[in-house]
Amino acid sequence: MIDAIYIALIPLLPFATFLLLGLFGKRMGNFSGIIGTTSLFVSACLSIFTAYQYFFNSEKIDGAYQKIIAFKFVWLQFSENVSIDMGAILDPISVMMLVVVTFVSLMVHIYSLGYMKGEERFSVFFSFLSLFTFSMLGLVLASNIFQIYIFWELVGVSSFLLIGFYYDRPSAVAASKKAFIVTRFADLGFLIGILILAFYSGTLDFGIMIERLTTQTDSLVAITSASFLGLSALTWGLALVFIGGAGKSAMLPFHIWLPDAMEGPTPVSALIHAATMVVAGVFLVARLFPVFALSCPVGLELVAVVGICSSLFAAIIACTQTDIKRVLAYSTMSQIGYMMFALGVSGYGGENGLGFTASMFHLFTHAMFKALLFLGAGAVIHYIHSNEMKDMGGLRKFMPVTHITFLIACLAIAGIPPFAGFFSKEEILSASFHHNKIIFGIAIVTAAITAFYMFRLYFSIFWNKEYHPHGENHHGEAPSTMKLPLLILALLSIVVGFIPFGHYVSSDGLELHSEFHLMFSIAPVLMAVGGILIAMMMYKNSNIVSQKVSESFKGFYTAAYNKFYFDEIYLFITKGIVFNLIGRPVAWIDKNIVDGFMNMLATLTENISDTLRPIQSGKLQGYAIYFFTGVIAFVLVFIYLWN
Amino acid sequence: MSASTVIFYIISAVILVGALLAVTARKIFRAAVYLLFSLIGIAGLYFFLNYEFIAAVQIVVYVGGIVVLIIFSIFLTHESGSDMKSPAIGRAIYSGLAAVFAFALTFFIINKTEFYPTQNETLEPSVRNIGLQMLSTTEHGYLLPFEAVSMLLLAAMIGCIVIAIKTRTQTD
Amino acid sequence: MNEIGLNHILFVSTALFFIGVYGFLTRRNLITMLMSIELILNSVNINFIAFNKYLFSDKLDGLFFTVFIITIAAAEAAVAIAIIINLYRNYKSIDVEDADQMKH
Repeated sequence: MIDAIYIALIPLLPFATFLLLGLFGKRMGNFSGIIGTTSLFVSACLSIFTAYQYFFNSEKIDGAYQKIIAFKFVWLQFSENVSIDMGAILDPISVMMLVVVTFVSLMVHIYSLGYMKGEERFSVFFSFLSLFTFSMLGLVLASNIFQIYIFWELVGVSSFLLIGFYYDRPSAVAASKKAFIVTRFADLGFLIGILILAFYSGTLDFGIMIERLTTQTDSLVAITSASFLGLSALTWGLALVFIGGAGKSAMLPFHIWLPDAMEGPTPVSALIHAATMVVAGVFLVARLFPVFALSCPVGLELVAVVGICSSLFAAIIACTQTDIKRVLAYSTMSQIGYMMFALGVSGYGGENGLGFTASMFHLFTHAMFKALLFLGAGAVIHYIHSNEMKDMGGLRKFMPVTHITFLIACLAIAGIPPFAGFFSKEEILSASFHHNKIIFGIAIVTAAITAFYMFRLYFSIFWNKEYHPHGENHHGEAPSTMKLPLLILALLSIVVGFIPFGHYVSSDGLELHSEFHLMFSIAPVLMAVGGILIAMMMYKNSNIVSQKVSESFKGFYTAAYNKFYFDEIYLFITKGIVFNLIGRPVAWIDKNIVDGFMNMLATLTENISDTLRPIQSGKLQGYAIYFFTGVIAFVLVFIYLWN
Repeated sequence: MSASTVIFYIISAVILVGALLAVTARKIFRAAVYLLFSLIGIAGLYFFLNYEFIAAVQIVVYVGGIVVLIIFSIFLTHESGSDMKSPAIGRAIYSGLAAVFAFALTFFIINKTEFYPTQNETLEPSVRNIGLQMLSTTEHGYLLPFEAVSMLLLAAMIGCIVIAIKTRTQTD
Repeated sequence: MNEIGLNHILFVSTALFFIGVYGFLTRRNLITMLMSIELILNSVNINFIAFNKYLFSDKLDGLFFTVFIITIAAAEAAVAIAIIINLYRNYKSIDVEDADQMKH
């Protein structure tokens, strides 16, 4: 039986930890890490217990998992029907996300005990991590669309704090500002979308809103008939909500913040920008999936197109980057694109809902191996003290544990059986094949490119050149607090592929039996192996093949290396156009006209007072004259003018 | 035109001309003397109105006391000989006009007012009556103000001494 | 005596009053200002006596007012002279334009 209290504990424990470490962390020093990790451990255990209870012991109606409202209380009442409630909703995706978020956060906490050791602001880091975990858990448990927005912004704030953790580095500060501003800008669309949807459905609660917009009700009729510029209000609302999700998930064209966000410490990149925050957009679309699928197919097409374009785009750029964290960042963008377009090609109910299940499955497995990849990269950076691939090579002899776990993760992401990525990718490809052949084609090509750049990364770090350790006091590979999460995550990357995900998570709650098409799986695996072989040929031993290839594609290579100039275009639009045409005139008006008016008032007052001051001259006869004149005036007034 | 009328006009002329000269004289000593003439004229007016006691008090206190005091102070401040500075023209014109205007206004109002003399029996202002009235405590008795004024005179005397006393450090 | 009415005497006293006011506003010397004040006070005295004689001849109130005004004028003149002498000692001048310490 699901009890409300301990579910409330799951997000509240990290929140209490945030407050505790934020207020008293300085005095606790290294002990704050232990506190943070312990509270996360309890949260993770509670989440797993909740998942167990939900998936195995809860009541199923007609064989479908039910949305259970664990608790709900009214926070702000706008009108009789519309109110912002704070509550927790349990359904398959939110329970799954609970497990993912708390578990990955726990791994990152354990890892940070070793990675951030010796850092002066150690306790601050852990308090921010707890704040983030609280925000993310609040987001996934949200039962009300405004509550999700609140926690959405909180997650953005935590990300801002953590990216800019090394605040004395101007690049980190700029990156954190960029992340916050870009996602905030996208959230404007999210807010407008919320308002449109809430207006027509007359509620802010998820369950009621979905019900009103998917079944034949007056709300649905109203929202689909009201149109603006040729698209129905429902399309606009969902598209705007999707824009918010695209911003947070670094989809085209809001992706510019994700590579720069790598300025933050590596555990942060692992937690936020790989496994949890960036999937918030996918989660949002999954939350509103019934509305997308049943009432607004156009919106779903938009989701699919944005997803597949982002996926291909990021994969191409990742082939040219030399900073290992940026390669992983673009890889994340590409994989989230996969999740997005998997949702986009999905239908609702039964076999049609395969895309939904596949997307959620990929989210789950991706969290595991992407976190592993980032933590492994962190171990490498910790060892070499540099992020660039040219400083690395031949590290397999010096960092054996990292080497093996990194290899496992690369195999998983490339989609090689029997690792986890294979199963989830295969389901995605199968779903897209049945829906849209073009998307399927692009997806297979992207899978091949994924395998290529991941193994380019792997070989460049661990093979390629010979490594000569320099420096006298060179430490060993990594402390055990850093190795333990690597091992756990590697084990999971192997195992989780075998979970029959369709049993638990599907678009309508019913069990989905996904069949395993052997014939179907062969093509993608072959493409992936091909990519691996090409990478091995180019990067296993140091040679000039890679250089020759990049020279032959000179123009295209330069464009991809410069991330297709997106940053430059945005900079031109904001600085060149908005600042100069709008910002400067407004600033001029403010300084000269508004301020000038105030200054003029002050100067006027000063001048008047300077004129009046000599009246008090200190001379007796002057005062006497004023007095006498006043008396005469009063006499005249009272005798003649007063009636 | 009886003799008393003529005498009244002469006395008024002395008063007003003396006053005018007192306020416009350039030499300070002459101004004091003109004031003296004006005050004597006023005493004459009191005699004309048959209020002899007040006339006597006026001469003794004002002429014999205050004007003498003023002349002493003129000597003490070393200003006796030279011409005084004349006032600024603007101020003189403005004050003159204001004074003339106010005078005209006041006199106009006085002319318009009806005064009602009392019908009761006249009380002669003889010294006997004055004395009886001043030192009685019944209605219309002025004993209390009399005592209060004597206190005031004492305070003024002490105040003058304190203000004008030369302390050890001041030069003489 | 019969021809001289109240208004004649009031004319004299009013004129004397405003001559005193003109002197007070115009003169630059503190002692001459004091003289103007004496003129003003005397005009008030004439007023009281005149009203006592013409309007209230059964009482002596006007006369007593006059007596007290003369007394107080004397006390006030004495104190004023003392102040002028003190001022002269400090500033070596009895020009009223020089005594402007209490300005803005």
